[in-house]
Amino acid sequence: MFGRLSLDALPTELVTIGGALTMIGGACTIIIALTYFKKWGWLWKNWLTSQDPKKIGTMYIILSIVMLLRGAGDALMIRAQQAIASGNSGFLSSDTFQQVFSAHGTIMIFFVAMGLMFGIINLVLPLQLGTRDVAFPFLNSLSFWLFVAGFILINTSLVIGEFSTAGWLAYPPLSGLEYSPGVGVDYWIWALQLSGLGSLISGINFFVTIIKMRAPSMKLMDMPIFAWSVLGAMALVMAVFPILTVTLALLSLDRLMGMHFFTSTHGGNPMMYINLIWAWGHPEVYILVLPAFGIYSEIVATFSKKKLFGYKSMVWAIMSITILSFLVWLHHFFTMGGGANVNAFFGIMTMVIAIPTGVKVFNWLFTMFRGRISFTSPMIWFLGFITTFTIGGMTGVLLAVPAIDFQVHNSLFLVAHFHNMIIGGVVFGYMAGLTYWFPKFTGFKLHEGLGKLAAWLWITGFVTAFGPLYVLGLMGATRRLDHYDASLGWQWLFIVAAFGLLMILSGVATQILQLAYSIYRRKQLVDTTGGDPWDGRTLEWATASPPPHYNFAVIPEASGIDSFWAQKQSKKKAKKLKLEPIVMPKNTGAGIIIAGFSFVMSFALIWHIWWLAIIGFVGAIITLITHLTNDDHEYVISPLELKREEAKAGREGLYL
Amino acid sequence: MTDTVIAKHQLESQGKNNFGFWIYIMTDCVLFATLFATYAVLNRATAGGPGAKELFSLPFVLAETMILLTSSFTCGLAVLSAKNGNKKQLLYWLVITFLLGLAFISMEIYEFNQLIYEGHNWTKSAFLSAYFVLVGTHGLHIITGLTWIAVLTKKITKSGLTTKTSGSLAMLGIFWHFLDIVWIFIFSFVYLIGASL
Repeated sequence: MFGRLSLDALPTELVTIGGALTMIGGACTIIIALTYFKKWGWLWKNWLTSQDPKKIGTMYIILSIVMLLRGAGDALMIRAQQAIASGNSGFLSSDTFQQVFSAHGTIMIFFVAMGLMFGIINLVLPLQLGTRDVAFPFLNSLSFWLFVAGFILINTSLVIGEFSTAGWLAYPPLSGLEYSPGVGVDYWIWALQLSGLGSLISGINFFVTIIKMRAPSMKLMDMPIFAWSVLGAMALVMAVFPILTVTLALLSLDRLMGMHFFTSTHGGNPMMYINLIWAWGHPEVYILVLPAFGIYSEIVATFSKKKLFGYKSMVWAIMSITILSFLVWLHHFFTMGGGANVNAFFGIMTMVIAIPTGVKVFNWLFTMFRGRISFTSPMIWFLGFITTFTIGGMTGVLLAVPAIDFQVHNSLFLVAHFHNMIIGGVVFGYMAGLTYWFPKFTGFKLHEGLGKLAAWLWITGFVTAFGPLYVLGLMGATRRLDHYDASLGWQWLFIVAAFGLLMILSGVATQILQLAYSIYRRKQLVDTTGGDPWDGRTLEWATASPPPHYNFAVIPEASGIDSFWAQKQSKKKAKKLKLEPIVMPKNTGAGIIIAGFSFVMSFALIWHIWWLAIIGFVGAIITLITHLTNDDHEYVISPLELKREEAKAGREGLYL
Repeated sequence: MTDTVIAKHQLESQGKNNFGFWIYIMTDCVLFATLFATYAVLNRATAGGPGAKELFSLPFVLAETMILLTSSFTCGLAVLSAKNGNKKQLLYWLVITFLLGLAFISMEIYEFNQLIYEGHNWTKSAFLSAYFVLVGTHGLHIITGLTWIAVLTKKITKSGLTTKTSGSLAMLGIFWHFLDIVWIFIFSFVYLIGASL
């Protein structure tokens, strides 16, 4: 009846019981609070069924921050274990330690970085393009809820059963049925399969939004660089997420139906998995970092009070990175034994990527050159990025040399390198973006002093945490060690690294404090400029803060890059605009219901509860068909209502 | 007024919807490309069991192919009758397309059954795993297409040719022809080349 599910699935070890209790406690608190304050109806009507990208984006960001805390908790356990376990077995069992580092990687990439990325894109992209919505609002909400289903699934693994012990990419044959018979790898597969499907749908959605939904007067070469970077990232999503879907499906078929794609018997080929997963995985890195590059470009231009240096070369750099990212996946496993020529090709292609990236770095530097720079907290994040990212880029070029890579393959040198790129490049970028666009969506700024303190804590903490790992890697420490011999003399470096992590965590705590304090002091921090607190350059600053749910009452004119800036500079008095009726999507619960059924199906497949899996699958399909055959998806806002709404923001004078 | 505004909006959305669907088809192409690559890597990995040459019956698969090609043709005729605004003819061709698709998928299921019955199931070798998954994924797409045809036929019978139903029909056409092209590749790479190895 319940497949593999029985009472044995409940956690027994102290650490895992703690994790489980945190999860259950968190979920119960939310449920009780919602019931006590009678907010379920409000939540359903305003948030869960909403098709508004601004609300969906906000929800993405909230969940990603929750996951950031969980991923940081995992990081703390890893660092603590390695700081202690010199010549002893530390405080975590090997099995738990493996689950912790697998969960850390999976969570940070799929549920923090991806979530923050889609959150920021949802919030900012339509506004920047001068449009009211994404191309397919329902698919947008469906993507988000699939992401949530994956989110719940990965957290369920803390309470019921176990998580994968096979690392964040679950290499077979370790992740095959023979060596991982439990449910851990299945949890990993389905959490990624659901959220990956969501990402794929989002990728198509935003790509079409950029191509087809821009304000009619905005040419491609007039788009803000952030929009260009999203275009590149979404093209990558479309091209590589199907590969992830297939790879996960094949691994799952190996495990569920006894197939032999990646087994070490019956002709299966584990190395094929490594190739497939990295054919997705390498472009994935660029999917995460390209939008961050876009954010930096917006910030550096705004706070240097200058047009971005070399707009066209920036566009070309983004597009060449997009293409080149497909040609480097093998550098993740030079040691496969593909032969000297294969390794040489992939090594050179990897180094070639440094060229367009270098173009970007110089563009940013020249944008600052002779600019009127204001050192706001987004700028601090940016400066931290450009320093750490350059170091990370150089260690990356080192790793691209196959001969060197053979020496440091799978060592902490590599771990330090990719954290350098992902924290220094991606996380700093999204933090900068969140600070920069926060007033747009709330109407008040985040507290600057605390923001700067947080940025400095992150930057110095980052250097302290990962500097030692480079050294350790060169000393021969491999990754994922749960203990090591005391005679190696590594312990003090691990302790320094742990101290660095504590600094990063105090940065996170400062950010939480900053958010709470800014909400508390929102009256004082309110944006008095009518929606343009940073003296911005692009169209998102042209509407009220927070923007009305239809974004723009009249679709704005965009002429050339930085069109809002040009508009502010011109002395011409703006003509009064005529309001037209506009069509907006109605709220629908289809997205959350389909994702709910998908969650049920995945959970059932993990535990081999076949009847429940069928219910989940059929339920999802029927809900989808019902939604798609229903004709009643839109409603109209009349000019009269528009005028009333605009008057609330004090903007009625702009219209006829 | 509300209705005309929405109708205008829906008409304007057609280009965007079609473009989005083409993009989806491209992602599906990548999905099949991955499966083809997997099959290419594993097609000799028979683990001592029988290979493509021993297992596949070309005349049977040729019949399947012909049926699917014909269904693509009738699907085209359906889209054409929709363009001429001939609802009766449209429904007629949709039903024919559905029946041909059903015949195709039944033959495929029969073929799979036959293989499994003779003991050549997907657990026997990597080659058979890759074969079942590649051809089976195409089959699942066909089943999706059949469901789509059924739902759309019912919808058109009820509410006629609206902006929405004709938009849906155009996309169905793209989808069905795409599956046809994928099948041509499966027929060539899996069956024809397999039989000659």
